[in-house]
Amino acid sequence: MIPRSRAGSVVQAVPDGTTSPRSSREPEAERTLVVTCPDWPVVAAGIPVGEPAVVLHANRVVAVSQAAREVGVVEGLRRREAQGRCPEITLVDHDPARDARAFEPVVLALEALTPRLEVTHPGTCAFATRGPSRYFGGDTALAERAGWIATGVVAPSGTAQVGVADGAFAAHLAARQAEPDEPVVVTRRGTPAFLAPHPVDTLVLITDRNDLVDVWRRLGLRTLGQLAALDPADVLARFANDGVIAHRLARGLDSHPLDARRPAPGLEVSAELDPPAERVDTATFLAKSLADSLHEGLARRGLACTRVVVEAETEHGETLVRSWRHEGTLSAGAIADRVRWQLDGWLSGAVSVRPTAGISRLSLIPDEVVSARGRQLGFWGGETLVDERVMRAIARVQGVLGIDAVTVPERRGGRSPGEQVARIPAAAVDLTASRPGASLDAVAGPWPGRVPTPAPATVHVEPLPVEVVDAYDRPVGVTGRGTATGVPARVAIAGRGWAPVTAWAGPWPADERWWDLRRHRRRARFQVTLADGAAHLLAVESGRWWLEATY
Amino acid sequence: MPIDAPADRLALQALGDRARPHNLAEERVLPVLPAIGGLVPGTGLQRGASVATTGPAARSLALALVAGASAGGSWIAVVGIPSLGLLAAAELGVNLERTVLIGSPEPSAWGTVVAALLDAFEVVVVSPEHRIRPADQRRLLARSRERGAVLVQAGGRPDAWPEAPELRLTVVAQSWRGLGSGHGHLQARRVTVEVTGRRQAARARQVELWLPGPDGRIALVVTSSTTPIAQPVLASAVPLQEVG
Repeated sequence: MIPRSRAGSVVQAVPDGTTSPRSSREPEAERTLVVTCPDWPVVAAGIPVGEPAVVLHANRVVAVSQAAREVGVVEGLRRREAQGRCPEITLVDHDPARDARAFEPVVLALEALTPRLEVTHPGTCAFATRGPSRYFGGDTALAERAGWIATGVVAPSGTAQVGVADGAFAAHLAARQAEPDEPVVVTRRGTPAFLAPHPVDTLVLITDRNDLVDVWRRLGLRTLGQLAALDPADVLARFANDGVIAHRLARGLDSHPLDARRPAPGLEVSAELDPPAERVDTATFLAKSLADSLHEGLARRGLACTRVVVEAETEHGETLVRSWRHEGTLSAGAIADRVRWQLDGWLSGAVSVRPTAGISRLSLIPDEVVSARGRQLGFWGGETLVDERVMRAIARVQGVLGIDAVTVPERRGGRSPGEQVARIPAAAVDLTASRPGASLDAVAGPWPGRVPTPAPATVHVEPLPVEVVDAYDRPVGVTGRGTATGVPARVAIAGRGWAPVTAWAGPWPADERWWDLRRHRRRARFQVTLADGAAHLLAVESGRWWLEATY
Repeated sequence: MPIDAPADRLALQALGDRARPHNLAEERVLPVLPAIGGLVPGTGLQRGASVATTGPAARSLALALVAGASAGGSWIAVVGIPSLGLLAAAELGVNLERTVLIGSPEPSAWGTVVAALLDAFEVVVVSPEHRIRPADQRRLLARSRERGAVLVQAGGRPDAWPEAPELRLTVVAQSWRGLGSGHGHLQARRVTVEVTGRRQAARARQVELWLPGPDGRIALVVTSSTTPIAQPVLASAVPLQEVG
């Protein structure tokens, strides 16, 4: 049971045996305030309160509105399942750029409290409370003020929740527990006790290592407190770097200890835009190459970036600054995405916040770097980068030809060669994950009457009409008992000339779906080779011959 | 014992320089199946090159050609071949998990689509039914050279390209085994492939291939007069010689 604060809104620290005494020697996590807007992708899509809606990515639900949640729609469902549970549900496509653009006014308003704001992802931002807390009269007062400000911007369609704790992870959890007008403030040093009862699954908020969390759950480490009680050395030995980061977070420490540091100047990259960019796409083009060169410069020094500052200067001398943070490390693609979202937020924002002139200079400053050791790319330059490029190219082609024009194969059961591999729209599957359904042995069940291997390389989309005659020019057919009425001697495909048959086998009858009146098909197949060496798969159905496939 | 640190460091640096990965010729090629190694010049599919397969078994041959790269983890895009037998592709060794199929673009959009794909995919398989504009071909070749991708034409119009591809594999003859008169089923295909091209492949030569063999694998035909269906063996066991 998670202790939930009420009106007093302060969770008291209890001296707890599960907290390792070792932690007292570690440098303390920075006290952080997190503002999070629940179901942000739904709010950003402009869905009014009370309307059931979901945001979909790769055919899966990634965000749910409160009204939809009440009727049983949850994250991770397929589109059909969500529609099944709530037929009148509104479907919205996932668009991180839209989320970031809509979040920009919230961040701008919160900048009244502190200039050092970090956006964790669209819908959530964080800042260190040390300075502003003293100015506004304590963490609770600051949290309440931040709550009013954020709620004032996102209302009426959304709400904002605020949490304060030691470290961004604990503050994030605190914010998730908070009510819209009741921030949760965890007392100083009370963070380990606050974290202890949370399930380990909450770690997936900050790490993408679902497998690690799964292992812990199966080992019986169900709460963060149980995980925190382990010896750090043992965690490092067994679960390596990712495990140590999660373990540190569970103990209420910062994820990146001593080695998170200010990088040497000179790692920042910047570029002039001439002519200045008024539109997002022109600036984005530059952002991509800047992100690449920043990433390359860091990688050459064995570093990775956990916080990046995007700085833009306009023709009229205005400077726009925003920092983005990630608990893991930011890849080149992730940096480019964040820059794009940010530029989108600035350039297509409301008139009051939009810069008065085009952007003439763009800089990326790595604000916090760690030794790059978390991510292992492919040996010769990185498989994941290639995958990223592939996803972009697919999106590009979908833009030109339409979303259904790009498909991926998936194995199905069946007898004819065409049935055994289906083409699934690429938009409906997550291509970055492994797809066991595409492998040759994905279908285990026996299919009696299956056409034997090897499979034909050409399977005609529409079967071509064929005529088959025996040596006396009589049409060949198949009897009800499944025997041929003659020996095929000559074949004419699609009205072309007659070709002599050199070898043949069949008929192989296939009586399919006899239980279904409309889809019932009764066919018999033949394999023939013709004088030119080509081999064909023919099918006879209701006395008519068709060319199904060519080997 | 005192160690001369600067000298040590220099020695270490020299060693590091020597061990630094060079841009080896093998890295400029995509892997191919052992039996296909006998068809292409060098050790694999030259990155940045274009290859065309024509003749009756062109599609199977193209699939066999890219199977090695696909099994090695390369992404493959197939443009405008709705009738491609995907089961055959999987049987020949293509990894369907990393295969993406693109519908048939209009001839006017064809160049744009293929160029976008060459940007990211290491292998792009096409089967053009129209004549490609010379400007389009130049753009595609430049793009594939820059990105290290391979453009494979699987059948389609033999005269689609204004300028002939670097390597052309033509199936000049095919014969099937396993089918009798009224019994048996197709089991193995023996094809004769004529290899022509530019540069290293300038001398035309013929290679006989099981596509696939009786065991379902692709193998070179061992020319032996005693056994009509020769046992397929790996290419490495038979040093292939240029003939003709």
